[in-house]
Amino acid sequence: MIATETDAYQESFNQFQTDQSSTAPAWLTALRQAAMERFTELGIPTKRIEDWRFTSVKPLATKPYQNVQSISLANGDAEELLQRAKLDESFHRLVFVNGHHVPQWSSQHELPAGVVIENLASSIRDGSRDLQGRLGLETSDEAAAFVALNSAFVNDGAVVDIPEGVVLDRPIHLIFVSVEDGHTVCHPRNLIRLGKGSGAAVIETYLGREGDGYFTNAITQIELDEKADLDHHKLQHEQTESLHIASTYIDQKDSSQFRSHYFSFGSLLARNEINCMLDGEEIVSTLNGLYMPTGEQLMDCRTRIDHARPNCNTYELYKGILDDRARGVFNGKIFVHQDAQKTDAKQSNQALLLSDDAVVNTKPQLEIYADDVKCTHGATIGELDENALYYLRSRGIAAPLARKMLIFAFANDVVQGVEIPAVRQHLETILLSSHGLPDV
Amino acid sequence: MLEIKNLHARSEDTEILKGINLTVNAGEVHAIMGPNGSGKSTLAHVLAGREDYEITEGEVTYEGKDLLDMEIEERAAEGVFLAYQYPVEISGVSNKYFLKAAINSIRKHNDQPLISRGDFVAMLKEKLALLGMDKSMMDRSVNEGFSGGEKKRNEILQMAMLEPKLAILDETDSGLDIDALKIVSQGVNALRSPERGIIVVTHYQRLLEYIVPDKVHVLAGGKIVRSGDKSLALELEDKGYSFLSEGAEAIAAN
Repeated sequence: MIATETDAYQESFNQFQTDQSSTAPAWLTALRQAAMERFTELGIPTKRIEDWRFTSVKPLATKPYQNVQSISLANGDAEELLQRAKLDESFHRLVFVNGHHVPQWSSQHELPAGVVIENLASSIRDGSRDLQGRLGLETSDEAAAFVALNSAFVNDGAVVDIPEGVVLDRPIHLIFVSVEDGHTVCHPRNLIRLGKGSGAAVIETYLGREGDGYFTNAITQIELDEKADLDHHKLQHEQTESLHIASTYIDQKDSSQFRSHYFSFGSLLARNEINCMLDGEEIVSTLNGLYMPTGEQLMDCRTRIDHARPNCNTYELYKGILDDRARGVFNGKIFVHQDAQKTDAKQSNQALLLSDDAVVNTKPQLEIYADDVKCTHGATIGELDENALYYLRSRGIAAPLARKMLIFAFANDVVQGVEIPAVRQHLETILLSSHGLPDV
Repeated sequence: MLEIKNLHARSEDTEILKGINLTVNAGEVHAIMGPNGSGKSTLAHVLAGREDYEITEGEVTYEGKDLLDMEIEERAAEGVFLAYQYPVEISGVSNKYFLKAAINSIRKHNDQPLISRGDFVAMLKEKLALLGMDKSMMDRSVNEGFSGGEKKRNEILQMAMLEPKLAILDETDSGLDIDALKIVSQGVNALRSPERGIIVVTHYQRLLEYIVPDKVHVLAGGKIVRSGDKSLALELEDKGYSFLSEGAEAIAAN
C-alpha cells in the first residue's frame, strides 16, 4: 500500500468527522474512526489480489472522490432523475440525493403498527434503535476495504424494520440519485430487518446524471428471522462514467425465504456482491441476475452462499449479455459446511457474447464439506444458438429479427422471474429499447 | 414445382447425397422412404437451406427459380416449409409471437398487407381446433417443455398457419401414438390441394395409411434406388429394406 493512495480519503475523513462532531454520538465517532483505520490498513485492492484480478479499481486511488456534505436540489436535475426512477406511486418511497435523505420527495402510505421505514440519519439522531452493532459491520471478505470505507463515512441510508407477523402489502422503493458536480462519492448504508413470519418487497434503484464520474459505495444488510420472506430487487442504472461498488449481506434464520433480483445496466465499473448466510434449516434462497454491459463497461457479479445448517435449498441463475468491448465477471461461491447435510444448491451462469471483443470470465467456486448434498453448477458462454436461428429463419423470419428474438428471449427469462408488475414492466421496457422486439 | 437434378451434398468429409433426381408437381404427394442413414433428412434440410451441408453438384429448381441460391428465410417466404423431425425449443419466445412474426415476415417479403390481430386470432383458433391443441400452448415458449407429440402437432400447426406451397415433412410420424398420428395426418390432409406439393419423409409405411401418397421413392446410400406408386410402400413393409441392396446394385450397374 502506497501511503498517498489513502491520504486524500484521510483528509476528506478528517473534514467529515469535524463536521459531524457536534451531532454524532460518541460511539459513532469512535466507530467511524476505527473503520477509517481499518480502511487505511487494508488499502484499495489491486489486481494482484485474486478476487480483484479482473476488476481494476485504480481510478479510486489515482483520483480520489470527494464526500458531499450538503446537497442542492435547485437546478431540477435530481427531480428529473427521480421521475425516471419512480415505478409506482403506490409504493412506499425513500429518496436519497448524493447519499442524503430528501424528506420532501419521500412518501409513505399508511403503515401497520410497528413498521419502520425511515432514513438512517434520523434513526441515529433518534437514538432509539440498536444501530451500533449493525453499523459496526466488519468483514474480512474481498470487499472488506470498501465495507470499512463505507463505515468510516456512514451517515445515511434506509432503515426498514418489519415486526413479527406483519406482511407489508406495498413494496418499499429506495432511490439513490447522484447529481453533484465534481468527483463525488456517497456511501449509502441500508439496514433491513424482518421479524418472524413477516414479509416485504424492497427495490433499490441507483442512478445518476451524465457528467463527471462519481462513486457509489453501498452496503445493504438484511436480517430475516424465522419464516420471514423478502423479495429484494436492485436496479443498477448508474451513469456510464461512474463506479458502483456494493455489497449486500443477508443473514437468514429457519424457514425464511429470500429472493434477489439483480439487474445491472449502468456504470463504467459495477461490482456487486451478494453474501447469503443460511444460518438455519429449511431456508430457501433464490439469486437471479442479469447484466448487460456495452461499450467499455465492466460488470463484476459476485455471490457467496454459505450453507451452514441442514436442509436448505438455493437456486442461482445469472445471465449476461455482452456487446462491444464490454467485460463481465461472474464469481459464484457456494460453501456447504460440515453440518449442512441435505443441502440442495443449484447454480447456473450463462453469458451471451454479441461481439468478438466482448469478454466474460466466469468462475463457479464450490467448497463442500458435507457428504449428503446435491450441488450442481453450470456455466455456458456462447453466441446465439445456431439451431434456433435456423429454425426461426426456416419459418420466414429474416436473420436480423431472428437474432433480436433470441437475445430478447435470453434476457426475458430473468425478467419474468420478477413478481412485482411495475418492476417487471420497467425492465421489459428497457429490454425492448436496447434489444427491442418490434410489434409483429 | 420442384425439380431436383443430380444433387450431391456433403457434410464435412462425408458425401451424403450422391445424385438425387426427383420431380414433384403441384398437387402431388411424394413419399420418400429408406433405411436410417440413407440421406432422407439431409435431403429435407438441404431443401430448407441448412448451412451445415455443402452442395457439390447438381441443381434444384423451385417454381422456375434456383432454390439453392436463396437464403433460408427467402425459401420459406417463397413457400417452402420443413416440418422438423426434432423441432427446436426456443426458450422465452412465445408460440403466438413466433407465429405472427413468421406470417408477417412472409407477407412482407411478398408485398402483401400484414395480418391484423383479429384475423390472426381467428385463424389460429381454427387451426388449433383442427389439430386438437389447447390455446394455452400459444402463450408458452416455442416447443419448450412440449412432449414429443405436442412438438409434432406444433410443426403441423405452423404449416397450417403459413400455408406453404411445398411442404416437406421429416419423420413427422416418429414418436407419435396412433391417436396423435391420426390427428397430425388429418392436419396434413387438410392442406392437400391442386396448388400444393407435399414430400413425406418416413421410415415406416404406417404414416402412409393416413397420408396416401401419389408416388413413393426409396432412398438408399444417398440415391433414389426405386420409385413406384403406393404399393411400393407396402412391399417395403413386407420385405424390409434388406431386399434393396440387390436393387441398388442393379441401378449402380446400369
